[in-house]
Amino acid sequence: MSRSKTKRPLLAGFLPGLASLTKRGSAGWMILIGAIIVSSIIIMTLISPWITPSDPTATPPTIDNPLRSPPSWEFPMGTNKLGQDMLSRVLSGGAVMLQVAVLSVFLCFLLGVPISLLASYTGGIFEKVCSLIMDSLYAFPGLVLAIAIAAMMGRGVINMAISIAVVYVPSYFRLVRSQVLTIKELPYTEAAKATGAKGRTILLRYILPNVVPSIVVVATVNFADAILTAAGLTFVGLGVGIDVPDWGWDLTKGFELLPSGAWWVITFPGIMIVLLALGFTLIGEGLNEMLNPRLEQ
Amino acid sequence: MGLRSYIITRVLLTIPMILLLLSIVFLVVRVMPGDPVALHFERRASEESMNEMRSRLGLDKPLHIQYFEYLVGLLNGDFGRSMQDYSPVGEQIFSAFPATLELAIFSVFIAITAGILLGVRASRLYNSLQDHCIRAFGIIAYAIPVFFLGMVFQLIFAVELGWLPTGLRTRPTMEPYGLTLNLNYPAGGLVPILLWALPAGLICCVLCFIVLKRRNIKFWPKGFLFCLPAFLAGWIVWTFASWHFMSVGVLHISTGLFTIDSLLEGNVVKFVEALKGLCLPSLTLGIVLSGVFIRLTRNNMLETLRVDYVTAARARGLRERTVVYGYALRNAFLPILTMMGLQFATLLGGAILTETTFSWPGLGRYLVSRINYRDYTAIQGAVVYFGLIVALVNLVVDIFYAYLDPRIRL
Repeated sequence: MSRSKTKRPLLAGFLPGLASLTKRGSAGWMILIGAIIVSSIIIMTLISPWITPSDPTATPPTIDNPLRSPPSWEFPMGTNKLGQDMLSRVLSGGAVMLQVAVLSVFLCFLLGVPISLLASYTGGIFEKVCSLIMDSLYAFPGLVLAIAIAAMMGRGVINMAISIAVVYVPSYFRLVRSQVLTIKELPYTEAAKATGAKGRTILLRYILPNVVPSIVVVATVNFADAILTAAGLTFVGLGVGIDVPDWGWDLTKGFELLPSGAWWVITFPGIMIVLLALGFTLIGEGLNEMLNPRLEQ
Repeated sequence: MGLRSYIITRVLLTIPMILLLLSIVFLVVRVMPGDPVALHFERRASEESMNEMRSRLGLDKPLHIQYFEYLVGLLNGDFGRSMQDYSPVGEQIFSAFPATLELAIFSVFIAITAGILLGVRASRLYNSLQDHCIRAFGIIAYAIPVFFLGMVFQLIFAVELGWLPTGLRTRPTMEPYGLTLNLNYPAGGLVPILLWALPAGLICCVLCFIVLKRRNIKFWPKGFLFCLPAFLAGWIVWTFASWHFMSVGVLHISTGLFTIDSLLEGNVVKFVEALKGLCLPSLTLGIVLSGVFIRLTRNNMLETLRVDYVTAARARGLRERTVVYGYALRNAFLPILTMMGLQFATLLGGAILTETTFSWPGLGRYLVSRINYRDYTAIQGAVVYFGLIVALVNLVVDIFYAYLDPRIRL
């Protein structure tokens, strides 16, 4: 790989790059806002051990920690049923969601891209079988399948990530396949074939680089879906565990307090999930618009 | 290819897909690490009781025989027996399904109406403030976990304001009751109702009189022959209508969709109750789904509004509404229809969470409650049922699509 020799230093190019996004219309703004939301949530989660005002998993409650108290100066986001400080839980609760999302997108990538590249490039019976399996999986309600797999595999971040990854592999497969089928017929691929390039070279050097942009778009949108699915899995009782601060878990527990009108227990974790999913959706939408500028006329 | 042969091919293609789907579910539940029976007891039961359950559920046989029995059972509509109480899963699924169907119908209706109206509006006002607001709404709607939105709605409209019920399909006054006669008489007996219905008869009489006057028919004697039956008909019909109207008792279940059942009964109170129960869940699910439809409608309309025949229609001086809804939307509708088929799977996923949030006794709630019991045969049954519905809906949508757009059949 000798193409990327003239690479700018990463950070030096990154910030001006972000700033120049605003010159590219609404798509640029969407990416910028999404990136700001996502990165600030990631930073917040990373530094949470040092900034949480109290222990997010503190049990049993003490006199200092009243049970289910509304927001006050001492507890800006109130406390939950166990008297744990909601602010601390919100600050540190993103870890599970982010881990599950990153892991599942990574697994999707690892599973989906090679299989789909190979299948759609080689064609034949392998492609037919893969397509059939992927189409059946794609048509299946995602959350239902994730629930079935997660119910069998039990709790845990990795199990959650696997069950989500299985659900979203088909969307990679379909996308990559449709792209490869187009690129395969393009003149430059034909030319490469004519010069006697090997199948592997064509696949890795000619097809893959052209598929990557759309994979990135799908992956970003996939992040949002993975987060929402993870929250859903947690809500139906297939989440990570009990003592880990997690927005999905807090939301689920807060749901039990709903009839008493304890709005603060669900509102803040819920908004954090919405923000995280929103950030990734915005990035995905913006990238999509930028890469497919059909409508920019 | 004609429509008929397309349908036949499509149906034939669905069969391997369904078979594959069933196999995937079978593999997930039986073959993946983790023995369902051991998981069900959380490894706290003795080996004998676990073995007994295995033999009662047929889980001790070799895998290929289990697979065969599972497929044959499904062909006969047998979804296996529950681990909880050995009751047939199929019956429980069938009795839970109408609730999900009703929720799905209403939320799809809300999603598509909102999606098309807002999407069309955004595309007409491209790049305006309204367009940006609608797009923002669409994206946020997509990013909200459906159960969080449901909780917020419950908190606002049910807990704080108390306008709508927090969920549940039925009120205490309206217990569903299968196949019995409604013997609840309205309060006060027949006489007050007859009196109450008297004005309705009079109104009918007056209406009849006005019509006769317009036609220059004298009231006496010919007109009277029309007016008297009109009065009696109005009176009697309204008496019976209000009999139903005032009685709130058992609800006859015939279709399982409470709104339809109450309408079949002709009872407005029950219908309103059913709608009130449906309001929050279907709104929640509808809003979350509408995001996709807004985006799709907007993008398609943006393309279609630039096409020549739309300009031609405008040039001919047609009203803008006719141009947009009659010409452009008609052609932008096909992708929306396809999306409807694809979104049905998302809808069912959302329905699981919505049903759990609103204690809606549908299929999703059934599935979630079985997860808590670790009832793996029931989970498998419900998952299979979900898959079958989606396959069926996709089949219908594809056929409808081919019917609308002959190019697909090629």
